[in-house]
Amino acid sequence: MSGAKMETPMTTTTVSMTVNGKQVSADVENRTLLVQYLRESLGLTGTHVGCDTSQCGACTIYVNGLPIKSCTMLARQADGAEVTTIEGLADGDTLHPMQEAFRENHALQCGFCTPGMVMSAIGIVERNKDSLDEKTVRHELEGNFCRCTGYHNIVKAILAAHKEMTA
Amino acid sequence: MYDFNYKRASSVDDATASVAEADEGKFVAGGMTLLPTLKQRLAQPSDLVDLADLGDLVGITVNDSTVTIGAMTPHAVVNASADVQKAIPALAKLAGLIGDPMVRNRGTIGGSISNNDPAADYPSAVVGLGATVHTNKREIAGDDFFVGLFETALEEDELVTKVVFPVPDKAAYMKFPNPASRYAIVGTFVSQGPQGTRVAVTGAGSHVFRQSDMEAALEANFASEAVENIKQDDSDLNTDIHASAEYRAHLVTIMAKRAVAEANG
Ligand SMILES: Cc1cc2nc3c(=O)[nH]c(=O)nc-3n(C[C@H](O)[C@H](O)[C@H](O)COP(=O)(O)OP(=O)(O)OC[C@H]3O[C@@H](n4cnc5c(N)ncnc54)[C@H](O)[C@@H]3O)c2cc1C
Ligand code: FES
Ligand code: FES
Repeated sequence: MSGAKMETPMTTTTVSMTVNGKQVSADVENRTLLVQYLRESLGLTGTHVGCDTSQCGACTIYVNGLPIKSCTMLARQADGAEVTTIEGLADGDTLHPMQEAFRENHALQCGFCTPGMVMSAIGIVERNKDSLDEKTVRHELEGNFCRCTGYHNIVKAILAAHKEMTA
Repeated sequence: MYDFNYKRASSVDDATASVAEADEGKFVAGGMTLLPTLKQRLAQPSDLVDLADLGDLVGITVNDSTVTIGAMTPHAVVNASADVQKAIPALAKLAGLIGDPMVRNRGTIGGSISNNDPAADYPSAVVGLGATVHTNKREIAGDDFFVGLFETALEEDELVTKVVFPVPDKAAYMKFPNPASRYAIVGTFVSQGPQGTRVAVTGAGSHVFRQSDMEAALEANFASEAVENIKQDDSDLNTDIHASAEYRAHLVTIMAKRAVAEANG
């Protein structure tokens, strides 16, 4: 039946990190992905999984100040890290300027790609504080797929948020 | 994903010893190739040895004649480095063409060249600039490092520590990306400088190779006209759903021509 590897009980380890300003910890297997840790251990289901191949960007979050794909990092690799997810952006009832720009510009339809888009978009603004044009936005959105909007309004929203965030 | 043992190495020696001792140990750098492979269950290592804490392997040093990049330096850092942009702009540009911003924040030069994907970008710069790969055991000439499909001169427990690129007089990289994955369908790196005149081609064959007919022509006359009529033999090139060998051969010439034009600025 199953091979020797399947019969070995999986070891678990306690992994701790700061997520959206709060200290958290949970026991996980070595193979647990960071996105599983967030969604399943912490119940933070805002971060989505859209693919199996590390290509779609729906799982994008911030780790130690940089946008990364949380489906392509082990929870154990993020032990001790500073993490921000989509749930950590708004200030109470006040949306983050990027979230607000997505809302105002109708930059989402089904909304599945949106959490990753917003996180990735914040990275685009941070990397291009001095100036940002449409071509750069489109190039830097390469890692985020949207199956609904045709990207046009997403690009508009990011350019609008750039103005707001750098004003 | 199959389960595995996991540890963070505390030094280069600890990393190599841990991989040597394991049944089937693997270093993990940025994980941008290894983790997708594990998620597909295409590999089943017994142990992952994480290089993330080896700060000595991160960083860029530039002097008049060389650019040295630590193995754990992410693509985004090479792309954004003002020093690299000044010394070897083609190298900074190449790093910015790899994958997407999130991949570039995690993926490393050491991981990219050790993995030696036939469509990876960095191997073309290592060969195209005549770089030297430093490991914990020795120095390997870029020309001898890439030996086959996903195969390098590295031993199982040998760790790349840094790559030293000689600063060329001129250089450029042109990539025809797969529009979905952004890996190179064909990428051509050309340079002229202390390592002679070089044309390195990635994406087209089983691994990066030098196009010697084009090198000879450019040696005599470093101009795009010199290469525009040189045909690449397609007999050993890749055919897949994205492009036929014949089409790839055609792209080698086009990318070489455009790269020379860009190198001449
Ligand atoms: C969506 C996506 C798009 C991509 N697009 C491109 C692209 O356009 N062009 C391109 O070139 N690449 C592309 N990549 C691959 C990316 O560049 C990877 O970062 C790179 O190939 C591997 O680097 P890594 O640091 O992530 O290595 P890992 O995935 O951590 O390791 C890869 C292999 O190298 C070994 N290894 C790692 N570091 C060392 C070392 N220092 N010494 C010895 N062995 C080592 C590991 O054991 C493993 O076998 C893409 C990846 C993804 C997910
Ligand atoms: S779920 Fe992470 S890239 Fe698709
Ligand atoms: S809004 Fe539906 S995938 Fe982007």
